[in-house]
Amino acid sequence: MVIYGVSILAACMIAGLVLGELLGQLIGVQANVGGVGIAMLLMILLSDKLRKAGKLKPLTERGILFWSSIYIPVVVAMAAKQNVLAAVEGGPAAILAGAGAVVVSFALVPVLSRIGPAPADAAGGADPSGEGDALGERDASGDGDASGDGQGRS
Amino acid sequence: MTGILDTLAEVLIRNGLVTAFAFVGLTVWISYFISGKLTKGRIHGSAIAILLGLVLAYVGGVTTGGTQGLADIEILAGVGLLGGAMIRDFAIIATAFGVSMDEIRRAGKGAVLSLFAGVIVSFIVGAAIAFVFGYTDPVSMTTLGAGAATYIVGPVTGTALGATSEVMALSVAAGLVKSMLVMTGTPFVARFIGLNNPRSALVYGGLMGTTSGVAGGLAATDPKLVPYGAMTATFYTGLGCLLGPSIIFVIIRALFG
Repeated sequence: MVIYGVSILAACMIAGLVLGELLGQLIGVQANVGGVGIAMLLMILLSDKLRKAGKLKPLTERGILFWSSIYIPVVVAMAAKQNVLAAVEGGPAAILAGAGAVVVSFALVPVLSRIGPAPADAAGGADPSGEGDALGERDASGDGDASGDGQGRS
Repeated sequence: MTGILDTLAEVLIRNGLVTAFAFVGLTVWISYFISGKLTKGRIHGSAIAILLGLVLAYVGGVTTGGTQGLADIEILAGVGLLGGAMIRDFAIIATAFGVSMDEIRRAGKGAVLSLFAGVIVSFIVGAAIAFVFGYTDPVSMTTLGAGAATYIVGPVTGTALGATSEVMALSVAAGLVKSMLVMTGTPFVARFIGLNNPRSALVYGGLMGTTSGVAGGLAATDPKLVPYGAMTATFYTGLGCLLGPSIIFVIIRALFG
């Protein structure tokens, strides 16, 4: 049933957030440390296990895939509730501090991406099966353009 | 006529979340229309939708004077629930479904390193800007540096160190600027920084750290990369809150105290 998928997702989130909260208390910071990240790891491990055991029915999957495909609209709503006014009114010090951090961090992405063993198969490993289905439709259009341009330049 | 409008407003307010679904759907539709017709698909529909969301949030802030963007307008309060941390995190976790564990294991070392590098670099940049603008005491420098990490690390660090409310407000603003620039800038720089595979997405998430920025930035770049970036980004704020008021403050105080 669809609700099983939604419920698995919810259980992963609650478990992850509780662990993140405890981790924060353990190291003494007033923040949830990686709760969502832990929940995502739980989701990956659990879905892998269930699939291998043949317990992941298509209807169950649908309960999860709906939420992963509603992700972009949720992000749009998130953008619409940001305190943009405060950011703009922060003045040059705030704008420069924020922008400077972004520029330097962007520049470090290619540097740090080289660390660790090389990807075994860049093309094969990149596309998780479940996700392609959920988001495939909107991928196809934008993706082709972006990668085409990128290759032209580099 | 006003009677009908009043009734409409009442229904919209009473069913806030449903109103938000309809409203966001319309926003996305308009954005994809603009993307297709006006930019010929060159600028991704979701990038335009996020930008449109930010513009609307600005309009909401100006008209209501509140801090929740569009969600402060009564009939659109549901946008705040739909775009709030609860639903956002629920959707982010759902994107992890079907992600390959191998990719994460392979990029492990780089991802962890990117978290530390991202936090430290942001503090350095923020503290340097603070110094240039005349905030030369270690507490203010550390607090603005913390804001350049994320808008949560800023006030947490500032509170721990006893920063002035002026500096705290600045640090939150710096974090907001960062989050918005990451959301809107990522699709444009992605090709130059090699952001097109899970490994660089994990590193990108760790370096940027702002969950909302990374969530929006990757959504507008390539939704397949969302789970990788989001996963590392969620550890960033915790790490920043850990390092900021402790090691980083001690170092800044030693250098400028």
